[in-house]
Amino acid sequence: MAGHSAHDDHAHARTSHDDAHAHDHHDHKLSFFDRWFKSTNHKDIGTLYLMFAIMAGIVGGLMSVAMRMELQEPGIQIFHGLAAMVYGFQGDAAIDGGKHMFNVFTTAHALVMIFFMVMPALIGGFANWMIPIMIGAPDMAFPRLNNISFWLLPPAFLLLILSMFVEGPAGAYGVGGGWTLYPPFSSTGMPGPAVDLAIFALHVSGASSILGAINFITTILNMRAPGMTLHKMPLFAWSVLVTAFLLLLSLPVLAGAITMLLTDRNFGTTFFAPEGGGDPILYQHLFWFFGHPEVYILILPGFGIVSHIVSTFSRKPVFGYLGMAYAMVAIGAVGFIVWAHHMYTVGLSLDAQRYFVFATMVIAVPTGIKIFSWIATMWGGSLSFRTPMIWAIGFIFLFTVGGVTGVQLANAGLDRSLHDTYYVVAHFHYVLSLGAVFAIFAAWYYWFPKMSGYMYSETLGNLHFWVMFIGVNLVFFPQHFLGLAGMPRRYIDYPDAFAGWNYVSSIGSYISFVGVLIFLYCVWEAFAKKRVAGDNPWGEGASTLEWQLSSPPPFHQWEQLPRIK
Amino acid sequence: MNRAYAVMTGLICLLFASAAAADKPVDWQMGLQQAATPIMREIRWFEQYTLWFIVPVTLLVLALLIYVVLKFRASANPVPSRTSHNTMIEIVWTIGPVLILFFLAIPSFNLLNAQLQIPQNPDLTIKATATQWLWSYEYEGGENPVSFDSYLLKDEDRAAAGKEDRSAYPRLLAVDNEMVVPVNKTVRLLETAAPTDVIHAFAMPAFGLKIDAVPGRLNETWFHAEKEGLYYGQCSELCGKDHAFMPIAIRVVSDEQYATWLATAASDVPAANRALMASVDGGKPAVLVAETESK
Repeated sequence: MAGHSAHDDHAHARTSHDDAHAHDHHDHKLSFFDRWFKSTNHKDIGTLYLMFAIMAGIVGGLMSVAMRMELQEPGIQIFHGLAAMVYGFQGDAAIDGGKHMFNVFTTAHALVMIFFMVMPALIGGFANWMIPIMIGAPDMAFPRLNNISFWLLPPAFLLLILSMFVEGPAGAYGVGGGWTLYPPFSSTGMPGPAVDLAIFALHVSGASSILGAINFITTILNMRAPGMTLHKMPLFAWSVLVTAFLLLLSLPVLAGAITMLLTDRNFGTTFFAPEGGGDPILYQHLFWFFGHPEVYILILPGFGIVSHIVSTFSRKPVFGYLGMAYAMVAIGAVGFIVWAHHMYTVGLSLDAQRYFVFATMVIAVPTGIKIFSWIATMWGGSLSFRTPMIWAIGFIFLFTVGGVTGVQLANAGLDRSLHDTYYVVAHFHYVLSLGAVFAIFAAWYYWFPKMSGYMYSETLGNLHFWVMFIGVNLVFFPQHFLGLAGMPRRYIDYPDAFAGWNYVSSIGSYISFVGVLIFLYCVWEAFAKKRVAGDNPWGEGASTLEWQLSSPPPFHQWEQLPRIK
Repeated sequence: MNRAYAVMTGLICLLFASAAAADKPVDWQMGLQQAATPIMREIRWFEQYTLWFIVPVTLLVLALLIYVVLKFRASANPVPSRTSHNTMIEIVWTIGPVLILFFLAIPSFNLLNAQLQIPQNPDLTIKATATQWLWSYEYEGGENPVSFDSYLLKDEDRAAAGKEDRSAYPRLLAVDNEMVVPVNKTVRLLETAAPTDVIHAFAMPAFGLKIDAVPGRLNETWFHAEKEGLYYGQCSELCGKDHAFMPIAIRVVSDEQYATWLATAASDVPAANRALMASVDGGKPAVLVAETESK
């Protein structure tokens, strides 16, 4: 792997680091506006992405807490009040407004977390920061494209937020159709302009991601340091390369689908309208052709990050490097041919369902390779349990739990009972909220000393982990029971028999939110205390190139390229 | 001795009988609902079967993690090995999951076939049409085909409908007019949504049934209910503000009760339902009294 061979270039890397200090000086003359708004520097843009993701994560997190408060007890608790407060509805109108507002929250929570939290954090944030450094490149291939990729996101986010304040269905505000935006509910069901704004939000953030993907593919394929062949490239770079291809191939399909939805809504086309010969199910096929690769887009960078962390804190090279890299390629490739397992109940033929069951199950094999290879990396290692490692181990276990329920759901026969119930909610939150988000926190603690130059508090990092671990498991494990018992998802109110586990789930949500507050305090504390982290706080296990630079790295790194043997 | 055994068996049967009567979710329920159709029996079996694979796999991963954390912590193992390849183990953990998937796939495909191979010559065909936010049922055939709408039962209508018992007619599950079907008959269900409406989904957990109601499309499924009773499901595709407020209720009754109901329902659905409830629910208190007396 690139890592240990790069060790030999340590002295070499030092030189470029010292050179860079001079440049650092020069670059600090940039005005605040020039540096942060017109930025072409991958590290500054990465920082912007991370700040944006934290902000969006808080917004999306607060939405989920509001929903859990609503679901803490049977009956409608808070959303009629929220609707009265926000939209000024009175009496029965507030109840109806509240019911729709709950759907708006489920929709916005998903879109915010997916497009404005996880993707910006993992791809825009950590990948932007670390990929050029890890492959020994001075910056991204297209620095200005990088800038526009970021600056498309805030307007996209604003469009989505704006959509919550304009009419959706007659007499109510916002998009309440779920993040999937299935027509006809998203077309004739919500004639107001809210859906149009949400579609534009997706268009703009999709454009941002496609440009980012082009940038990453070009950077990784063309700008690796001399000697760094693809088979020596760090696994995080592999994971981002695969992710970028998934984005590049799947997002245009989403863009096409929502553009047709837009013209159905506004210009009299009937792509998805049966009365004009269209087909609502066609939209679902197009959406999930994007949507399934999308869930791998969310998790693959996390796979790469966890590999590095496990290797670093085991002081051992990654076990089965090639298997790990090609498992991600396989997951990415197979991810494109399993989409209709989200649609087992739409009325697919027996043969179609058989095929999608089979193809979906295949994904368990490369995923298993990854899980076992992480454990094998630790096997025989010398493990130190710093905060990033604890998050990574938590990730491996919780991702396994989410993975095996995925294997159950792959079976169309069983999915008949579980489709659109809380079992599915539990499953995808185990792989995303407890998978991708744990990977994000692992990455945060792993690279925070590198990015900021300061050491976070291990005590607070540990506390953050345990509070979060207990909280999210309390939220989502009981949801398996609710799903098995038959509770449908996206329900503002439920039969009284579901009250018990919903209460537990809500308590877990509050605990998780305390975890988020601890995280924010931990970040503030690190910047306030200014404990100097040093170039490599993790010791010899941290063998990738970023640990050979200063912390924080110079404004421009690798002016003399590192040489990989 | 034999007598004691018989009593025990009787008690166990009772226990299971009372569990089997669970035609709706119960407090703190942790598993699938009891089966009222052969398909749901198979689904329940298959769910248990998958647990025999996924729980050990999860526990194996957990055990391995605990083992490496204890055995290979820096204080216990200060010098790490440099091993990064072992072809044999990599083959094992590739082939192993393939075998597990093979064992899962065979019953899974059998279950899928059983669900989707719709029996020829059903005894009865009902078309269910979803609209925001109600279900409409049409019974095929006959001189005067029966058709009616089914809405969530409002609290203020409980008394008039004779549905004040909230354990039998739970909040958010009880409806004004249930779909009525005969026991031990194969019912073909045609499912759609009103032409200009949105997508809904017809779900009946105890029957192992879920099928989308899509405008412009007629989906077909079937069930064969084996136990009389009142079964509840809920709309399972996000359809707007009252998505949580359009439940589905199916009353499975004897052939005679069904025939009587159908005859009356052709002209007067509320009257047919009242008569049916009297013959179904009316029997219950008497049975309870009889049981108390025998004690």
